[in-house]
Amino acid sequence: MLELKQVSKRFGGVVATDNVTLDVAQGEVHALIGPNGAGKTTLISQISGSLDVDSGEITFQGSPITRAKQYERVKAGLARSYQITSIFKRFSVLDNLALAVQARSGSSFSFWRPVASEAALFEEARVLAGEVGLSEKLHSLAATLAHGEQRALEVGLALATRPKLVLLDEPMAGMGPEESARMIELIGKVRAKLTVLLVEHDMDAVFRLADRITVLVNGRVIATGTPGKIRADAEVRRAYLGDEVAAA
Amino acid sequence: MKRSLVVLALLIVYPLAMQAIDHLFYVSFASRLLIYAIAATSLNLVLGYGGMISFGHAAFVGAGAYVASIALAEGVTSAWIGWPAAILASALLAWVIGAISLRTRGVYFIMITLAFAQMMFYLVNSMKAYGGDEGLTLPQRATLGFGLDLANEVVFYYVVLALLVAILYCLHRLVHSRFGRVMVAIRENEARVEAIGLPVYRYQLACFVIAGAAGGLAGALLASHGKYVNPNVLHWVQSGTLMIMVILGGVGHLWGGVIGAVALLTLEHAIADYPVPWLTQLAPNYQQHANLGVGLVLLLIVLFAPQGIAGLLSRKRHARA
Amino acid sequence: MSWILILEQSLNGLQFGLMLFLLAAGLTLVFGIMDMINLAHGSLYMLGAFIASTFVQLTGSFTLGVLLAVPATAVVGMILEMSLLRTLYARDHLSQVLATFALILIINELVRLVWGSDAALPGPAALSGPVELLPGLRYPSYRLLIIGVGLAVAVLLYLLVTKTKVGMLVRAGASNREMALAMGVNIKTLFTLVFGVGAALCAVAGAMLAPLFAVQVGMGENILILAFVVIVIGGIGSIRGALVGAVLVGVVDTIGRAFLPILLGAFFQPRVASAAGPALASVMIYLIMAVVLYFRPKGLFPARG
Repeated sequence: MLELKQVSKRFGGVVATDNVTLDVAQGEVHALIGPNGAGKTTLISQISGSLDVDSGEITFQGSPITRAKQYERVKAGLARSYQITSIFKRFSVLDNLALAVQARSGSSFSFWRPVASEAALFEEARVLAGEVGLSEKLHSLAATLAHGEQRALEVGLALATRPKLVLLDEPMAGMGPEESARMIELIGKVRAKLTVLLVEHDMDAVFRLADRITVLVNGRVIATGTPGKIRADAEVRRAYLGDEVAAA
Repeated sequence: MKRSLVVLALLIVYPLAMQAIDHLFYVSFASRLLIYAIAATSLNLVLGYGGMISFGHAAFVGAGAYVASIALAEGVTSAWIGWPAAILASALLAWVIGAISLRTRGVYFIMITLAFAQMMFYLVNSMKAYGGDEGLTLPQRATLGFGLDLANEVVFYYVVLALLVAILYCLHRLVHSRFGRVMVAIRENEARVEAIGLPVYRYQLACFVIAGAAGGLAGALLASHGKYVNPNVLHWVQSGTLMIMVILGGVGHLWGGVIGAVALLTLEHAIADYPVPWLTQLAPNYQQHANLGVGLVLLLIVLFAPQGIAGLLSRKRHARA
Repeated sequence: MSWILILEQSLNGLQFGLMLFLLAAGLTLVFGIMDMINLAHGSLYMLGAFIASTFVQLTGSFTLGVLLAVPATAVVGMILEMSLLRTLYARDHLSQVLATFALILIINELVRLVWGSDAALPGPAALSGPVELLPGLRYPSYRLLIIGVGLAVAVLLYLLVTKTKVGMLVRAGASNREMALAMGVNIKTLFTLVFGVGAALCAVAGAMLAPLFAVQVGMGENILILAFVVIVIGGIGSIRGALVGAVLVGVVDTIGRAFLPILLGAFFQPRVASAAGPALASVMIYLIMAVVLYFRPKGLFPARG
């Protein structure tokens, strides 16, 4: 469904992405792991379209999207959630989700009719809120939510655009065990309907959820394969997993 | 809502009262206040709701003023031609300037809008055919037909008031529409709006053009009101004045532009025409330095009350509740 | 159209461009390092000219007057920074724009109260005559002095920024402020210093240009816009960009004003040329700015990638 071919990017003298080639098959949960600074978020940004690639190609559902603008990719079915929470802080949870639904359905160049009259938008937003576990907080201002709830909203915004493939950038960042469990459950529910490219540090979640794993170190792919294969890979252990695997 | 109706009622009754006590000058003065209220409201759309710090809004007001003036100077007196032409011209100008400026962000955007506005100033300044730097005096105000004689101060006032109310109502609907929600979201978190699939640039440009068009209408009214136009209406200090009005009144509040325009112009008028005895003792020609007061007030507002008058009023209302 | 005329106008353009550079350099550093929009920068330029006029009157010497005005203006700038502008760094851009706009109004009126609406600053008598640069090319010696001073300051700035420790801190701050902060640079003092240097540069430009243009309230606003155009073309935070942008703007503007009407006259009727010429000339640099921005929204040499 998603294919990257020799994608590269440099910032001045630093090579952030080094000839990355990977593919995400339809329906799978593909995890992207690697140490801090490996360039995972940079890669996600290039896939989502907020960063330009220097060279290489990205194909989505058979069509090249390397030069497509971010909003065009979203329209094509490719959504993303952010590692550093990026929501509409002064909107309520309901309004946050309703806006994303609005973006997906129909034109927003509508200047006269009040949004409040569009019941369908808010109904769908309510359903979404339920899916991510925020039904109790519909009318709370996003800024007042707990960290875990904000991360859930973060994912909710990405899901609201009804994507075919969603890029989840460290959805469990900064979460405690209980919140993480809920997020894992959510991703489990979501995978039935769409394809997921998941960036995560939480190895427990990764090995539980992933169909395949790609390991990124210093911007380069050093291994791709099933969780079992990755666990056993010597270079991966050396570069990244090390003691964590022994503990798991 | 109730407050708005009270204000509206007062505004409707005002000129009749002035006429009764034979102070027609104050009707003309009030018309000018309301015209600036329209201009400030148009800036409020782009600045307050859209979050775009456009420092060149005077260019659109000025473009409208000049197109309307040129029409009158050339003998096209019907407002039904002159005013829409002014609106169209400003909208077009806003499209061009916006299309280039909105490719930039932050500090660049502010400076570029400033520079483009100043470019328009110099352009108009060098148009010798229409007065150049001396400005253009107009033979008459525009004509509306239907028995409405715009030369009559009271009639002119009501026409301006009607337009202001229409614009405020349109702004109200706009803010609550889909488009309005997107604009407010862009102001809140531009990157995320793009990430949920909306082309931010197009929305910002549309907002910019709408605001420019409304500014153009204000310009056309200004030209008719004073029967005179000169390049200073495009100068960036004018843009600054409009911004002062918006922040004084309340950035992002529906009535912000109106409150700010009325407050600032009334203050200026009061300082200039009503000498305060003890102040005159202290500094004999303080009235010529009114800008010092304006500057200080602006500074204090920015530092201590950035939500403006409307912000202070709504805080009081919430505190009471 | 003689070559002498073209050379002369080019020199004028260079002279104006170098003075613009002095303004733009200070401004671009403030934007780049402190991320602050300072509309009152032009007011420092104006203050420099007015203060210089007073000192020149007091001392009777042009050189002494200018030399005293520069540090005096720098001090005023630093006091302004430490008292008021510092509080604006953390604020949003709109607040900065409005607060510094308020400053323009306040400073303009204060200058009017102290000096009146204008002041006189005649050039040094010794340099009132022309110098023969090439056979047939006589150029005012005062303007040559301006070019000399401009180049000297440019070289000095270059050395300061590239060869000294302070300069390195400035460059680091311009390209990545958070990193500089994280590395423990004494940000407060650095900012005050940068502001002071910017003010000093303004004073030099203001005092040097005063004998050519009038010293009057409002002179700051006019040249401020040009400085903005320079920075936008050159790239925020880049001194090299400021130099390239300033010379470009100075030369294009001067040559445009001098020759566009003549050039147009060769192709169009005199009536059209005399109307369109000055209009096009005044719009020239803005057109260039628009073109540069279309291809490089961050200017030619942005300090931050």
